[in-house]
Amino acid sequence: MARAEIAARTLRTDRWWLPPLTTFVGLLLISIYAAFRTFQGDYYWVDQYHYLTPMYSPCLTEECLPAASHFGQWFPALPGFLTPPVIIIPFLLGFRITCYYYRKAYYRAAWASPPACAVAEPHSKYTGETRFPLIAQNLHRYFFYAASILLLINIYDAILAFGTGLGLGNIILLANVALLGAYTLSCHSCRHIAGGRLKHFSKHPVRYWMWTQISKLNNRHMQLAWASLIFVCLTDLYVALVASGTISDLRFIN
Amino acid sequence: MSYQGKFRVWRGDDSGGALEDFTVEVNEGEVVLDIIHRLQATQAPDLAVRWNCKAGKCGSCSAEINGRPRLLCMTRMSTFTEGETITVTPMRTFPIIRDLVTDVSFNYTKAREVPSFAPPKDLAPGEYRMQQVDVERSQEFRKCIECFLCQNTCHVVRDHEENKEAFSGPRFLMRVAELEMHPLDTADRVDQAQEEHGLGLCNITKCCSEVCPEHIHITDNALIPMKERVADRKYDPIVWLGNKLFKR
Repeated sequence: MARAEIAARTLRTDRWWLPPLTTFVGLLLISIYAAFRTFQGDYYWVDQYHYLTPMYSPCLTEECLPAASHFGQWFPALPGFLTPPVIIIPFLLGFRITCYYYRKAYYRAAWASPPACAVAEPHSKYTGETRFPLIAQNLHRYFFYAASILLLINIYDAILAFGTGLGLGNIILLANVALLGAYTLSCHSCRHIAGGRLKHFSKHPVRYWMWTQISKLNNRHMQLAWASLIFVCLTDLYVALVASGTISDLRFIN
Repeated sequence: MSYQGKFRVWRGDDSGGALEDFTVEVNEGEVVLDIIHRLQATQAPDLAVRWNCKAGKCGSCSAEINGRPRLLCMTRMSTFTEGETITVTPMRTFPIIRDLVTDVSFNYTKAREVPSFAPPKDLAPGEYRMQQVDVERSQEFRKCIECFLCQNTCHVVRDHEENKEAFSGPRFLMRVAELEMHPLDTADRVDQAQEEHGLGLCNITKCCSEVCPEHIHITDNALIPMKERVADRKYDPIVWLGNKLFKR
């Protein structure tokens, strides 16, 4: 028996192409900005107010400004065009790339697999996440652990910046870690590790409570993924503008 | 408030078919299934359509309306404009029988491949004791009405017929998850999910959740938790290293 003979790729009449296009453009713009700032190698630290952009935190190589290296300089100066963030970016990028939300986003937007529901994909073969390299998506939890450590470092940086007083930059750094924290906590792997892997919630009331709270956040994982990603860029931009002297920080105290 | 609505309905069988145009009366409060019934009653008495409860609970009238997998009985005509031409086609993923009726036996085959509930051997029926919090997760999955819209929309089989053998589809991976999360089930379903039901083929693009008329969070609450359990078992380097070193 054969399927119904319908030649059209899809019969959808709505603008199904708009969400994948928006996602593609959004991710592309953010990638370009992040790549530019990563390889710029400058304007990541405001010495006067101790603002360190999250994109350069922790700054671990010898070309880092000493004051910005809150955790020491573990590595020698990097050769050529390489800058300090290349040490931490693989972990941050790995966390986002293997994230269950972003997988949906870029499989649809960048790989058209599928571009939208009930719209035929252009590929003749499909093996999903069963083979290399996509089988590596199963390592999401390890990137979650790494991203959690980097989040703690970002929180430390944000708290440290309060030592010089209070300005708009402090509020931005604080909001940034709040969003990053919410995104990291709402991760599906975090939800699984906290309690999702259990069969008997009743035997583990604390983990069950944690699971229920993380599940609430997890319902907003997509929104938190975008909010935290955009806000990291905005935070970085603010620090860069203040560090370069383009704008001055709006101070409330000191 | 009545108007003459424009419809394009796929008519044919496995030897071929095409979209046919109809103009049918539409009344206030009606759903697409009402229109299909009026079409049968007034213009196309041999039009084949599978339906039963007309209340979104039997899962019989699955089809595609303007290209979107929907239940005919739960799609209100008020969601369309009067000038819009509404296209009604059968589910694409399954073999056609006639007009809007498809052969969904693929799903029954896949259902039989999932081993049934396996309680502990020393526990007789009637002795099962569970806390509500332990079973409510899998109770969400029991809302499934087996309309197979998720199976139909999943691109793994919709766009790749060759994957049908290896992939059970979201509905039955959800069934595996339901049993795996059941506090009294003793069967090992994690390896099964990956090796025998094709969980690795799922790339979590969430179309199954988007089309579910029962609004079950298939991806977030069944498929991703199963993927995480598989990661626990198969892709945890620490466990892998332990197994290699100590041959556990």
